[in-house]
Amino acid sequence: MGILEVTDVNKRFGGLQALGKVNLSVQEGTCHAIIGPNGAGKSTLLNCLVGKLIPDTGTVTFEGQSVLGRKPYEINQMGISRVFQTPEIFGDLTVLENMLMPVFARRDGTFRLHAYETIANERELLDEAEGMLDEVNMLDKRHMHSASLSRGDKRRLEMAMCLVQKPKLLLLDEPTAGMARADTNNTIDLLKEIKEKRNITMAIIEHDMHVVFSLADRITVLAQGTPLVEDIPENIKGHPKVREAYLGEAQV
Amino acid sequence: MLGLNKADLRLYLIVLGMLIFAPFIMNPFPEGSGLAQFNGGYPDLLQKLVIFGIFAVGFNILFGLTGYLSFGHAAFLGVGSYAGVWMMKLLTMNVVPALIISVLTAGLLSVIIGYVSLRRSGIYFSILTLAFAQMCYSLAYSVLTPITGGETGLTLSLNDPRVLGTSQTAEGNIPVPHFFGLEMNASSTLELGAWSFTFNTGYYFCAVVMAVAFYFAIRLFRSPFGLMLRAVKSNQARMSYTGLNARPYTLAAFVISGMYAGLAGGLMVAMDPLAGAERMIWTASGEVVLMAILGGVGTLIGPILGAGVIKYLESIISTINSTILHQWFAFLPDGLEDFVVAIIYPFVGKGWHLTLGIVFMLVVIFLPGGIVEGGKRIGNLFRRKRREETPPSSTTTPAPKPGE
Ligand SMILES: Nc1ncnc2c1ncn2[C@@H]1O[C@H](COP(=O)(O)OP(=O)(O)OP(=O)(O)O)[C@@H](O)[C@H]1O
Ligand SMILES: [Mg+2]
Repeated sequence: MGILEVTDVNKRFGGLQALGKVNLSVQEGTCHAIIGPNGAGKSTLLNCLVGKLIPDTGTVTFEGQSVLGRKPYEINQMGISRVFQTPEIFGDLTVLENMLMPVFARRDGTFRLHAYETIANERELLDEAEGMLDEVNMLDKRHMHSASLSRGDKRRLEMAMCLVQKPKLLLLDEPTAGMARADTNNTIDLLKEIKEKRNITMAIIEHDMHVVFSLADRITVLAQGTPLVEDIPENIKGHPKVREAYLGEAQV
Repeated sequence: MLGLNKADLRLYLIVLGMLIFAPFIMNPFPEGSGLAQFNGGYPDLLQKLVIFGIFAVGFNILFGLTGYLSFGHAAFLGVGSYAGVWMMKLLTMNVVPALIISVLTAGLLSVIIGYVSLRRSGIYFSILTLAFAQMCYSLAYSVLTPITGGETGLTLSLNDPRVLGTSQTAEGNIPVPHFFGLEMNASSTLELGAWSFTFNTGYYFCAVVMAVAFYFAIRLFRSPFGLMLRAVKSNQARMSYTGLNARPYTLAAFVISGMYAGLAGGLMVAMDPLAGAERMIWTASGEVVLMAILGGVGTLIGPILGAGVIKYLESIISTINSTILHQWFAFLPDGLEDFVVAIIYPFVGKGWHLTLGIVFMLVVIFLPGGIVEGGKRIGNLFRRKRREETPPSSTTTPAPKPGE
C-alpha cells in the first residue's frame, strides 16, 4: 500500500474525458513523477487529490483515509501540500508574511483566534519562517512585497511555504517552469536534499526531463487522461509508447 | 511600550493627544469672531466625532483588512442603540451595563447576519448585508414598534422601572445617564481671553472608550489574526491550500466590527438616551463606507480622520444659511454679492451633501489612499528634500506596512 492510492478515478468536463480510469500508487519516501503532453490531465489529477475537484468516480486515499469530500484545508492538515502550476501566493503580503501563514497553520490548525498577540513576539515561528527562506536563498527579500517578485522567485517562495509545513506528501506542478537554469539546478538540489533528509514523499509534474530524471524514482506517463505506462526512469526513457505520446516532442 | 512598536506607539500617542486636547484643537477661533462659525469644539459635535470614529475603526477591521464591503453596518449601530436604551429603561442609568448590552446584542446580530452573508463574496456579500440591514430597519420602523418605538423612536419615560436606579429624580425628571455618578451632560467652561472652551464629561467618557477601542484595533492589526484577515483579502484559495479555513476568520472579523458598531450605538444613547430607526437606514451604512474610504481604507488612523472630516463638514456646513453667506460677502458690490451667494448657496445648509460629494470625488480621484495617503505624500516631499543631500544606499524597496 502506498501512502497515496488513486483508484479508478474518472473526471469529465462536459464532453471531455479529462481523466479516465486513473490508477496511481505513490510509495512513501519516494519521488513519483507524472509526465505527459499538454492537456493530458496532470493538473486535473492533482486537483482531485487536494480537494479542488471531486472525481466523478473512483477513490483517493491518503494514509488509508479517503480525501474525497474533504475541504482543501482539511486535506492540507492531513499532510498534503501543493505547489501550483501558476504560483499561488499572497501577493499583498511580504515574503516573510507569506512564510508565516503555513507556520501559523501548522501551529494553530485551521482556525485559532490570536487577535491580541503581536506577530513580532512570535520569535520561534519567525525564526522557522526565516530559516526556510534562507534555505531557498530568499532571506534578503523577506521584506519585499511578494507580488513584485519574479516568476521564479514566486515559485520558490511557494515551494518554501509548502516545505515549511513539513508535509508528508508534497505535490509539485511544474516547480521549475519559468526559472533560470541556475535556479532550476538549485531547486533540484533542494528537492533532493528534502527527499533524502526529511523523508517527504513527492509527486512531481514536470516537462523538464532533466529535472524528472534527476529526481524521480518512478515515472507515470499520462496521455489523454489515462496512464500509459508506469516504470522506473531507465525503462521510461526509450519506451515506444512514450515516444508515441510525445510525438513531436522528441526530447524523451 | 504597551506592546506596540515605535511607529504604532507614536500613532497611538498622537490619537490620545488629539482626544485629550480636542476641545482646544477644534475651537481655534475666538468667540464672536466671524470665523467662530467654523469652531467645532462643542460637546455635541465632539462626541459625534469620537463615536463615529469608533464606528469607522470597527468597520475598517472588516473592510480594510478582509476587503469584504459590508453595506449593512448601520444595523449593528442601531441595534446597539436600542439595546442600550432598554437597559436604561429597565435597569439603571449607569452607562456601563448599557454599553455592555449594546456590544453583546450587536455581536449576536452580526453572528447571524455574518454567517449567512459570508456564504457569498464580492458584490453579493455587499447586497446581502444591505438586504439584512434594510430588513432590520423596517422591523424597527414598523413591525417591532412595541420594542423600538417605531416612527417616534425609543425614549426614556418617567415610569420606566429602572430596578437598580430611580424611575424619576426628586424633582420629577427623567434621570441623566451617568458613569458611577459622573453625569454625562455635565460641562465646565474655560474662558481664555476671547476664547471659550467647553469640557464635557460625556465627551471625555467617549474619548476614553475610543482610546481603548483604538488600542485593541492596533493590536488586532499587528496580530496573527490581522495577518490572516489580510491573507483573506489577498488569496483565499492559497489560504485554503495552506490548511487555513478562511470562513471563521472572516466571520470573526465581521462580528468584531459589528461589536464596534454596537459600541458606537451604545455610546450614542449614553450621550443622548434615545434611539430611532433612522440610525439603521442604508444611507447610514453608506456613510461609514465613505468615512473609511475618505480617510484611507486599511490604515489605522484613516477611518478616524474620515469620520472626523465627514461629521465636521456635516455639522458646520449644514448650519451655514443665506444670511451668513450674505454677511461674509457683504464687502462685494451688491450685484456680485448676490451672484456669489447664489453660486455657493446650493453647497451649504441642506445642500452639504453636495460639498461632501465633491470632496469625496476629489479624494478618490487624486488620493486613492485617502487622507492618510495625502499626509504621506506631504511627508515624502519633506523627506525627499532631506534625502537629496544624502543619497539612499539600499536598492530594494521594502513593502509598506499596513496601517501606517
Ligand atoms: N475546470 C475545467 N473545466 C473544463 N475543462 C478543464 C478544466 N480543467 C482542465 N480542463 C481541461 O482538461 C484537460 C486537462 O487539463 P490539465 O490542466 O489537467 O492538463 P495538464 O496535463 O496539466 O496540461 P499542462 O501540461 O498544459 O499543464 C485540458 O483539455 C483542459 O482544457
Ligand atoms: Mg497542468
